Parts: sequence; structure tokens; C-alpha cells
Amino acid sequence: MTTRKFYYGDIPEDAGTGVPDPVGRATSINTGKQGNKNIRTENTVGVSADKKDWPLWEVFIRSKQGLDHKHMGSLHAADAEMAIENARDVYTRRMEGVSIWVVESRYIHASNPDDAESFYEPANDKVYRHPTFYELPDELKHM
Amino acid sequence: MDEHQEEQHFQEKIDQEIKIEPRDWMPEAYRKTLVRQISQHAHSEIVGMLPEGNWITRAPSLKRKAVLLAKVQDEAGHGLYLYSAAETLGVSRETMINDLHSGKAKYSSIFNYPTLTWADIGAIGWLVDGAAILNQVMLCRSSYGPYARAMVRICKEESFHQRQGFESLMVLSRGTDAQKAMCQDAINRWWWPSLMMFGPKDSESTHSDQSTKWKIKRKSNDQLRQEFVDMIAEQVKILGMTLPDPALKWNESRRQYDFGEIDWEEFWNVVKGNGPCNKQRLEARNKAHENGEWVREAALAYARKKAERQKSKAA
Repeated sequence: MTTRKFYYGDIPEDAGTGVPDPVGRATSINTGKQGNKNIRTENTVGVSADKKDWPLWEVFIRSKQGLDHKHMGSLHAADAEMAIENARDVYTRRMEGVSIWVVESRYIHASNPDDAESFYEPANDKVYRHPTFYELPDELKHM
Repeated sequence: MDEHQEEQHFQEKIDQEIKIEPRDWMPEAYRKTLVRQISQHAHSEIVGMLPEGNWITRAPSLKRKAVLLAKVQDEAGHGLYLYSAAETLGVSRETMINDLHSGKAKYSSIFNYPTLTWADIGAIGWLVDGAAILNQVMLCRSSYGPYARAMVRICKEESFHQRQGFESLMVLSRGTDAQKAMCQDAINRWWWPSLMMFGPKDSESTHSDQSTKWKIKRKSNDQLRQEFVDMIAEQVKILGMTLPDPALKWNESRRQYDFGEIDWEEFWNVVKGNGPCNKQRLEARNKAHENGEWVREAALAYARKKAERQKSKAA
């Protein structure tokens, strides 16, 4: 009898039957598209609109010392007020923040990773924008 | 790029330790493996609240009650971090919850064991969370960005879980004879199930481990289990208690502990759903979900009504 390895948090669906399952089938994914073209917001919020699922929100938190809001994760909530309260409970149980922003995930627009090479190309050959580009004598202090 | 080139490019990124992000190209099998693993991990956090929740009302002091409440609340938070990490892969929350409730999705078998005494809460913190931490520390370096980031947060919080558990057992181990006996009994019952948390032996795996190649995980079951045994075998001495394994012995040549064989029959039995509490856990989850339905609906109706009002006010 052979079994596939599994780990805490990763139990194959057929565990115990002894039939190896190379890729696992424990998923039923609500998308017909390829993973690379998937934007989460299309999948979840689009589906949620008429269903009982609350919409998805992205959470940004600024810590006491922090200068800017940082993306912390996401959560579901019926409206913005609830999203902020849930964000407090989920992401700031240990005083991690003093300011919370939430935005419904479907309003986030993101750059396309497939275009990264050409998209960021303009900055690629401009090393002279960095201070280390300039060679200066060691005697020169405080610069 | 064709599929083959994409896959090559993907593997190169992984080999260079570049994280894979939700919108990056990934092999379908990578995505499926992650959805399964992350959602099962999330389910484990959520179901994991049940055995401990059992003792919130019966904690021996206000301090212990507050600590246990905070810990259980953390588990809820961890479940939510993980569900949202899984959602970035295109699976909906509803689908995952339904799969858990229908019994289609699995969760860690450890939560199918009952918490019979107060000492069990300490033993869970020390042993169960201790075993989970070893896995989770490894998963902080997982190749999938959202999973790794969720794990970093979880690990930071999990450390308190293990420490409070050990501290709680330490108090019992220095208490009356009855308290000492209760402490030892809890260790006896939780030791083997904790070892089982790491899964079957490496030698039983016939497949080349794709998950290791993809760097979803980086250590084998046996490796992690050995680390766990070495760690706990030393810590138990501080409690003045013993581990229920006559074969447990320091091996000077390996510089590791030897230990006895896990009861694999019991292991598979619980995985298959015949553990002491499998049925009870799923029933509790389903009941909570059903009882909460009107709340979810009411909140949504309220949000819609509010939005309508705002719209008509603006008009």
C-alpha cells in the first residue's frame, strides 16, 4: 500500500484510501479561467454581488511608528463600517495600528506582472539616479 | 510564451527564491495544491477553536479564562488570514466553508481528540501548538507570497500560545499530587496524536515530492517530527514529567532522540473520519454556520438599505 505524503494543513482528499493522488482534487474552484489571468477581485466580488456572501475588502494599516499605511490582508464585510471593525479584530489584536483604511477589493487596479519587463524598462538604464553612481575621493567627508 | 516556457520561467523564479504572487503565471497543479493546503490549514485553525472553547467557561481563574479567550480569538484570526490567502488563488470563501461543512475538505486530525481535563489545554498549547509552529516556521518561507506572509503573522502570534501552555502545565506540575497526575495524564494522551500531526513517514511516499520542488514546503515529515521530539524530550524534564514512550532514548551517535513507532492504524482511522470527535466537530461547525445565517443576511440587508438611502439623499 502506498500513500502520498501529507502535512499539517495539507491532507489529500483521498487520505486513508492508500491511492496516491499526484495533484490533489480537493478543490472546486469557481473560475473557468487560467490562474495567471485571474484577478481575485473578479472572482470573488463578482460572484458575491447577488449572493449571500459579503463582499471582499482589502485592509491597510498604519502602525504608530509607521509612516504609511501597509497592506495587511483582506476580509469579508457587509459594508465599510463593518469592514473597519472586522479589520480591527482580525489585524490589530496587539495594537499593531492606529489607523485603518479599507477599500472594496473590486476597486483595486493592479499592474500586470506579464508586462513587468517593458513596463519598468524606462528606469532600467538610469543608474545615474543612484548616489553610488558617482565615484568620489575617500577624503571627502559628510557626503 | 508557451506553456512549457512559462513553466520553466516559473521554476526559475522559485529556484531564485522569488515569491509567486496571485496574478503571476503558475501551473494549475501548483495552484490546486496550494488551495488544498491553505484551505485545510484554515479549516484546522477554525475547528481548532472547538476543543479549547470547551474550557473557556471552566477555566480555573479569571486570568486563565482571559488568556484562553485571547488564544481562541487568535485561532479565529489565523483561520481568516489563511482563508483570504486561499481566496487570492480564485477559490471563494463560500466554497471552502461548504467543503469543510460537507466533510469534503479535511482539517488536522489532532482536533478530533477530546479535551477531557483542564490540563489538556496546557498540553495543547505546549505540544499541539509546538508541533504546529515547527510546520509554520517552515511555511514562512513558502514560495507563494500571500501564504508566506500570512504565516509570518501567525508565527508571531503563535509563540504566546505555546508559552502559555507550558506555563500552565508548569503550575500543575508543581501543584498537589492530583494536579501532577492530571498533568501527566494530559501529556500521555496528547503525545502520540501530536507526533501524528507531522503525517506519514517519508519512506511511505512513493511520489517525488513536487511540493518540495515548488518550495511550498521545505522539510520532510520525518525531519520535522525529529526536531519536535528532540525539542520536547528536553522540555519535559523541566516539568518533571515523562513522555509515554519507553523507546524514547538519546542516541549519542545520531545526536538525536530515538523514539517508538506511531500507531499508524489509529492515525489512518482518525484521518478517515473515525476519530473520537470527528462527528461532533463537524456538527458544531454546521450548527454555528446555520445559526448565524440570519445574522449574515440581516447585515447584508442593512448595508444595502443604508447604501440606498445614501444614494437617494445624494440625488
